Amino acid sequence: MTVVDGALASGPPRRVWRNRLFQGAMLLCMLVAFGTLAVLLVDTLVTGWPALSSQLLTGLPSTLPEEAGARPAILATLYLGALVLLFSVPIGVLTAVYLEEYANRERWWNRAIEVNIQNLAAVPAIVYGILGLAFIVRGIGVGRVVLAGGLILTLVVLPTVVVSSREAIRAVPDSIRQGAFALGATKWQVVWRQVLPAAIPGIATGSILALSRAVGETAPLIMVGAITYVAFNPTLFGAYTALPVQIYNWTRQPDVDFQTLAAAGAIVLLVIVLTMNAVAIFLRNRYRKQW
Amino acid sequence: METPRIDSGRIAEVSHGLDRSEVERREKVFSVADLSVSYHGKTALEGVQLDVHRNTVTAFIGPSGCGKSTFIRCFNRMNDLIPGAKVEGTVLYHGEDLYSRDVDAVEIRRRIGMVFQKPNPFPKSIYDNVAFGPRVLGMKGSMDERVEQALRHAALWDEVKGRLKDGALGLSGGQQQRLCIARALAVEPDVILMDEPASALDPISTTRIEDLMHDLKREYTIVIVTHNMQQAARVADMTAFFSVIVEEDGSARRGILVEYDSTTKIFTTPSDRRTEDYVTGRFG
Amino acid sequence: MSADVTVARPAVVALPRKRIRWGEQFVHLILFIAAAISVLTTVGIVLSLLLPALEFFREVSPLDFFTGTTWAPLFLDAQFGVLPLVVGTLMISFWSALVAFPLGLGVAIYLSEYAAPRATAFLKPILEILAAIPTVVLGYFALTFVTPFLRDQVGVQVEIFNALSASLVLGIMLIPTIATLSEDAMAAVPRDLRDGGYALGADKLQVSTRIVVPAAISGIIAAFVLGFSRAVGETMIVLIAARQLAEITFEPRETVETITAFIGATGNGDVPTGSIEYKTIFAVGLTLFVMTLVMNLISIRLVRKYREVYE
Repeated sequence: MTVVDGALASGPPRRVWRNRLFQGAMLLCMLVAFGTLAVLLVDTLVTGWPALSSQLLTGLPSTLPEEAGARPAILATLYLGALVLLFSVPIGVLTAVYLEEYANRERWWNRAIEVNIQNLAAVPAIVYGILGLAFIVRGIGVGRVVLAGGLILTLVVLPTVVVSSREAIRAVPDSIRQGAFALGATKWQVVWRQVLPAAIPGIATGSILALSRAVGETAPLIMVGAITYVAFNPTLFGAYTALPVQIYNWTRQPDVDFQTLAAAGAIVLLVIVLTMNAVAIFLRNRYRKQW
Repeated sequence: METPRIDSGRIAEVSHGLDRSEVERREKVFSVADLSVSYHGKTALEGVQLDVHRNTVTAFIGPSGCGKSTFIRCFNRMNDLIPGAKVEGTVLYHGEDLYSRDVDAVEIRRRIGMVFQKPNPFPKSIYDNVAFGPRVLGMKGSMDERVEQALRHAALWDEVKGRLKDGALGLSGGQQQRLCIARALAVEPDVILMDEPASALDPISTTRIEDLMHDLKREYTIVIVTHNMQQAARVADMTAFFSVIVEEDGSARRGILVEYDSTTKIFTTPSDRRTEDYVTGRFG
Repeated sequence: MSADVTVARPAVVALPRKRIRWGEQFVHLILFIAAAISVLTTVGIVLSLLLPALEFFREVSPLDFFTGTTWAPLFLDAQFGVLPLVVGTLMISFWSALVAFPLGLGVAIYLSEYAAPRATAFLKPILEILAAIPTVVLGYFALTFVTPFLRDQVGVQVEIFNALSASLVLGIMLIPTIATLSEDAMAAVPRDLRDGGYALGADKLQVSTRIVVPAAISGIIAAFVLGFSRAVGETMIVLIAARQLAEITFEPRETVETITAFIGATGNGDVPTGSIEYKTIFAVGLTLFVMTLVMNLISIRLVRKYREVYE
């Protein structure tokens, strides 16, 4: 690095300028991206601050902005998050274990499962909403209830959990498996007692990131009937609305006070999501293993 | 005794290995006949024939790529874990076919343990490393005693007895390898296979491991792979020399067993020219 | 020497016979079932789209659907030409790509070639934070900040609901996706290639643009394709900031409707189940699904290509 820079400093002026300009342009890209992020965060914070109150957090929605709160929505979001965690982590991790440790890659059905998961990861969230709509309204559904929302969100993030769990499992050195097999352990013993424990930090990081995404999803929930006006605490089999949906509905109201409320709701949502991300990043850095 | 053709002073003093008649008096632990190993159809090793006897140290030497590691992995069926690997021929363990259809490959690995080239302790405590084998195999009895016994056998007890709960990854390379040996000993094996156990270690640790082998062979049967001829000369009773055959057009390489005899003979009066070339450093 | 003294070990009993380990079989089954859930999901998606869509196409001819230029399914005199939606989708995605591709690639080049490792360790998490912002918040930002900003500060005549704000914000949202994938592709380019360039006296600009980027091009294109696919599938930003009326227009300052916004708005409202309007959701959804699937398959193929070259 230094050598090149040194050579540049004494190179022909046009060349030096061209390089400086290019570097500046690349830096500008970074600044635009991060600058916009900063503007977004600041603007949301400033706009929503006036409406941020205990009433927002503990009160029920109302047609009057001064009295509106988002407690049901916040609670529902937390419940949904718990459901997503409960379903997506076991299914995702077990799928990852299957693909990494058990599946014989030469068999076509295993390759199909892999490709399938890659495709699912890129399906737009709203299509999962359509899936939910079809099965709730027509099929086997349970109705427009929290459980259904939780199941759909699980499906949305499941591919992500599988992919990140696979990476965590793959990162466990093969020498550990070999050592365990050589002692007479069975495959599941090797996986359960050596591979998974070693992969836990990576799995946890991936799961938390997936969770933070699930909590911020709006489109699928709209489709499966997170109703707009819910003035009671959510239960597993009851009607509900979630925080992102609540924010969406507030943005649709012409009254400026509702816009402020929407910003305040956005602050709460951002706090939830960004905290989860921060935890995940912290976990990832702390447990970066040196094998 | 034949006058040594090779000046044994050039190779480190060929040591206290047993001579052939003494070895052959001992029970056969492994009996290998016409063994071949291939990966996805490509032959890696061909036509191997030899016997391993109880309470001896048998060394496999030869240039890299001659299939020594592949061969040693046949003894505990670790090649089963490699997709595309195929083992043909016979391996008898105490007279019974190791590769027979109704043999439980997982179980035999308890009897036939393995230590790897690069020490691979589990990312757990020292205690849990040694206890892992007995735990997964459901062995009864006091775990603490088992762990202590195994660590003593592996000449590691004194160094770690005060810190069994510490992480195994904090040990030095030589200590880690002895921990891996202790781990293998904890499940009370019959045979210990060692694939280049000291090649990743410093000379002092290497010596300790070699001394350990001398002790261990009183109770166990040991087979080691080594690329270090002097090491083979120091520790082994019997030595097998492997080499590589390259196809005319250089496309395929396969390993073969060239000569198998007492260590003393291999290093002083080898029967095969190729052995002599290798052992005197003229090639490989 | 102790070599000759051997310790008597217990006689070795017969080799252990193979037994079926029921526990292991059970585990294998459970794992397979878990993996099968993802397959069931795909089957579910396909069925839930296909069956109602087929019913729809029994009432509305596919030709009218795919070539019609008026989209007014909820009106009395219903028209079902999907082209306005498709054009709207592609247009917004196109404008957002204009923002996201250069900026994303620029960020990737900066991170890969210019930034010091310590700076990278600090900058990458910030990129992740940008990626983590929920789209509803981005939509709100587009509506309440970007639109007024464009109108008042920049002086662009935009309507309240317009495609430009949505596109800009959507573009920013895509930057992390494009940047991380492109950066991965560039990081996979071996050092030797760069060193070769420097050794010949090339400067950083030349090495970056003539050596690294071309070497990583299939990964970069994969990033673009994936980014575009995500733009096509994104709902909330457009729903909040741009949705109004569906016409074919190439004018970003006017309102526009995308496939996703239509689905989001219709699925939410009081559309009776089984009605033709209800079924439009599925027909349109099927169109969207196929579009993104094709793009994703292309992207996967490209990623495999660049991985093969270097790994």
